[in-house]
Amino acid sequence: MDSLRRKAQQLLESKEVDCIIGYNEGSSGNVHAGFITTPGQAEKLIFDDRCKQNLGVYLTKHEVMRLGKLAIVAPVPVMRTVLILTYECQIVENSVKVLGIGLDGQFLDFNEYADIEKYLTDHCNEHPEEDKKLIEKISAMSVEERWDFWHETLKPCIKCFACRQACPMCYCVRCQVECNQPQWIPVQSSELGNMEWHFMRAMHLAGRCTGCGDCGRSCPLGIPVHLLTFKMSDVVLDNFNTKAGLTIKEPSTLSTYKANDKETFIR
Amino acid sequence: MSSIENIYKPYLMRVEKITNEAPDVRTFRLKFANPEDAASFSFKAGQFGEYSVLGEGESTFCIASAPTRKDYIECTFRRVGKVTSALSKLEEGDTMSFRGPYGNIFPIEDWKGKNLLYIAGGIALPPMRCVIWNTVDLRQDYKDITILYGARTVADLVYKHELQEWTDRPDIKLVTTVDPGGETPDWKGEVGFVPTVLEKMAPSSENTVAIVCGPPVMIKFTLPILSKLGFKDEDIFTTLENRMKCGFGKCGRCNVGKVFVCKDGPVFTLAQLKELPQEY
Amino acid sequence: MSMEIKSIQKDSLDKLFNSLKSRGNLIYAPVKVKNEVQFDFVEKFEQITDDFIQTTQSVKNSVFPKIETLFKFVKTGKEVKMLDMDMSLIPEIVIWGIHPCDVWGFDSLRAIFTWDTHDMFFEKRMDKLTIIGMSCAKADDYCFCTSVNLGPGSTKGSDVLLTKTGNGDYIAELVSDKGKALATSMPDVFVQAVQSKKEDFLVVVEKRFDSESLIPKMQKKETFDSPFWVTNSLRCLGCGACAYVCPTCACFDIQDEGYGARNIRFRCWDSCGLKQFTIHTSGHNPREVQSQRWRQRLMHKFAYMPERNKVTGCVGCGKCSRACPVDMNIAEQLQEIDQKM
Ligand SMILES: Cc1cc2nc3c(=O)[nH]c(=O)nc-3n(C[C@H](O)[C@H](O)[C@H](O)COP(=O)(O)OP(=O)(O)OC[C@H]3O[C@@H](n4cnc5c(N)ncnc54)[C@H](O)[C@@H]3O)c2cc1C
Ligand code: SF4
Ligand code: SF4
Ligand code: SF4
Ligand code: SF4
Ligand code: FES
Repeated sequence: MDSLRRKAQQLLESKEVDCIIGYNEGSSGNVHAGFITTPGQAEKLIFDDRCKQNLGVYLTKHEVMRLGKLAIVAPVPVMRTVLILTYECQIVENSVKVLGIGLDGQFLDFNEYADIEKYLTDHCNEHPEEDKKLIEKISAMSVEERWDFWHETLKPCIKCFACRQACPMCYCVRCQVECNQPQWIPVQSSELGNMEWHFMRAMHLAGRCTGCGDCGRSCPLGIPVHLLTFKMSDVVLDNFNTKAGLTIKEPSTLSTYKANDKETFIR
Repeated sequence: MSSIENIYKPYLMRVEKITNEAPDVRTFRLKFANPEDAASFSFKAGQFGEYSVLGEGESTFCIASAPTRKDYIECTFRRVGKVTSALSKLEEGDTMSFRGPYGNIFPIEDWKGKNLLYIAGGIALPPMRCVIWNTVDLRQDYKDITILYGARTVADLVYKHELQEWTDRPDIKLVTTVDPGGETPDWKGEVGFVPTVLEKMAPSSENTVAIVCGPPVMIKFTLPILSKLGFKDEDIFTTLENRMKCGFGKCGRCNVGKVFVCKDGPVFTLAQLKELPQEY
Repeated sequence: MSMEIKSIQKDSLDKLFNSLKSRGNLIYAPVKVKNEVQFDFVEKFEQITDDFIQTTQSVKNSVFPKIETLFKFVKTGKEVKMLDMDMSLIPEIVIWGIHPCDVWGFDSLRAIFTWDTHDMFFEKRMDKLTIIGMSCAKADDYCFCTSVNLGPGSTKGSDVLLTKTGNGDYIAELVSDKGKALATSMPDVFVQAVQSKKEDFLVVVEKRFDSESLIPKMQKKETFDSPFWVTNSLRCLGCGACAYVCPTCACFDIQDEGYGARNIRFRCWDSCGLKQFTIHTSGHNPREVQSQRWRQRLMHKFAYMPERNKVTGCVGCGKCSRACPVDMNIAEQLQEIDQKM
């Protein structure tokens, strides 16, 4: 951790960056995102098991962008977020300084995004075991059972959009739920409408999800919506042998055509 | 029926007449489907309502006709989104709904014996049309009435036949203007942005109130000119347009500081606006 | 109103439940769902739990439902007819085991729905409530009821307030006429008061600030303009979680559903924290950035409502802070404002 703090301090002292997005001690034993703008504050940076939020969500927030040149404390899902945001033209290559935290918790000083690509080739995050089990269980269900499962699971959703707001890939200025001509998705929380909302969201994240799990973690009602986007990642991996955010050279899988794409899934 | 009324329930209205004012801008003349509703209904200049095609949602427009013209109300709207598109598809004879009137009023009683200077831009003439007709219908109560109205192009000017009527009346001074490039070969009015034309006109602020409605940029550049001409903040009136849903201070949407635009507005003096946070 | 005090023996609480049920009341009570406790309609006394600090969501759904149908309409050709909702179908509901903060949340809602014009849906639902409150024996550090003029044993707004004593029996304070009538109608349940002091069984909630001193500070122009808001909301995501779980947040949207047989106009929850709340079709947004929306949330509760509605729009339950995905802690921020401004 000291190496991270030292690097942060040096970046701020040299004015190489204006703000470091990292993790700070929060209230009631929580951690939360901190925006470090002076070398003295670098001491406040922490990293431990509680630091799970995907800070990449802040890279597209106006008030954060206004702080100037940014650096970000980046565990693997955040690294992937940076690469996706780059190939989706939301940030410019190498514009955000990435203070990596490897899968083993070690600080990684990346000079450019090509270094991140190199690191990720054999250090990509996997879905947590318990999520894997749940996904297996759901995948093994019959279509009817699966429908019932999601119907029941999504019924309590109050449409607070915490899941969407927490997701760094949900940066659209106008989300599809907000389009009203026509009104694709009902505004209010309703049984079928909730399913439409979450399935639509999962579709828009297919091949773009970093596996951070923040959408599910953010839900005040504990609805595991991340299982939907996780499952989409698995589907994309099985069909196209790609994972999101490992490179900035290729746009997202579902917006790319390759002559050797399998098309069997369209049947 | 319960003893207290359902404040969300609108009146059913018959679309009596549709006038195409400008591209995508329409005026509806509406009559109450139920004559009892018509008899008990009244409003004052400056107020607004929620207009709707049932099934498509509600939209906020001011009441554009004058309270002195009984038995119908009019609204003028621009097709911009969901509800206004649905309204645009209506034909004469169709049924829609309306609830209101909501909001405060232009204090035309207090203006008696004064000169009135109306300044409007684009689609903002409708909110003003109500108070213009209201004061014109009570013409003897006021001194000079001057109207400065500007739009982007000649085609965008609304209420063309009324503009003609106002031009023809000797007791009203009407100046129309279009933005540079928006004129047609036979255009006889001014060419220039509203604030520029206002500066050139240089009306006296002596015993005069100014009523300004228009897009935010127009308002932004017009207000300093009025101040320069000596208008006091208390004598400059404008209307705010915050997004609204309920119209009666409950849904929270139009809350600006401690004020609800739907209850305490939409009419504000510049002096009042200066007290409010800039959240409009 | 003078208060009467009775007691309920621990094994007659289910009698109270069953009598209320047999009188045709719906009972809305805390139940355990997976890892959380939520209010829900219960059939059996055994379903109820009192082992919780706070439910994730408030009980506002009972008077301000997620979706309230305002009227129905029928379209046949060019003819349109509107049909009123049958208000007599609104059920009698007993809210059981609700904590004092949540109870007082109804007062904020009342202030909003009945100032100036009256909202009949809210009032009708409110009329049909009987509120059996339960004092708090546990709290966590998100709770700050004592900072906003309430407390773990506050009787405000309850019809009956129960406090569990050391031996499991309950002190029953009969707060309202409704509460007294209820007790009179069940003399075998509400028995002679015991000699216990309620205060002995209440949790101590530390006072973090004083709303009397905070409110004037929130109303100062300098507070509104302070850089505090940007600094303290950079991490806020702009979702609706805090508002939707809050017992006093009442912002709503009005929408139509006009397909098939279900032709209704309804109102549904909305939140000032969402960007979409104030945006115009033109794209102009009066509250463009999140700091303005976060400020609106706190200002509405601690500056505007006290002036306009004569109530504080917050009961110190801490639900918003617990629900917030990014640890925006309202008590902490209010305390800072109270100390610094
Ligand atoms: C007091 C007042 C008076 C108005 N008078 C007129 C008028 O006379 N003529 C006219 O053409 N327009 C007027 N407007 C603006 C008009 O309300 C919006 O253009 C209209 O609501 C857009 O609705 P929509 O459903 O077509 O658009 P959508 O984009 O589909 O609208 C969705 C919702 O956004 C809200 N909304 C969007 N833009 C605005 C806006 N600019 N102001 C307020 N709410 C908005 C509405 O609540 C609407 O229900 C007035 C607004 C206010 C507040
Ligand atoms: S969909 Fe969920 S898990 Fe995937 S990137 Fe977004 S927040 Fe993270
Ligand atoms: S965070 Fe949970 S309750 Fe909120 S919209 Fe997402 S799934 Fe629904
Ligand atoms: S404070 Fe928390 S819950 Fe509220 S909008 Fe911000 S992120 Fe969402
Ligand atoms: S603002 Fe937060 S603490 Fe206050 S009443 Fe609402 S949820 Fe409870
Ligand atoms: S429109 Fe609902 S509060 Fe003003």
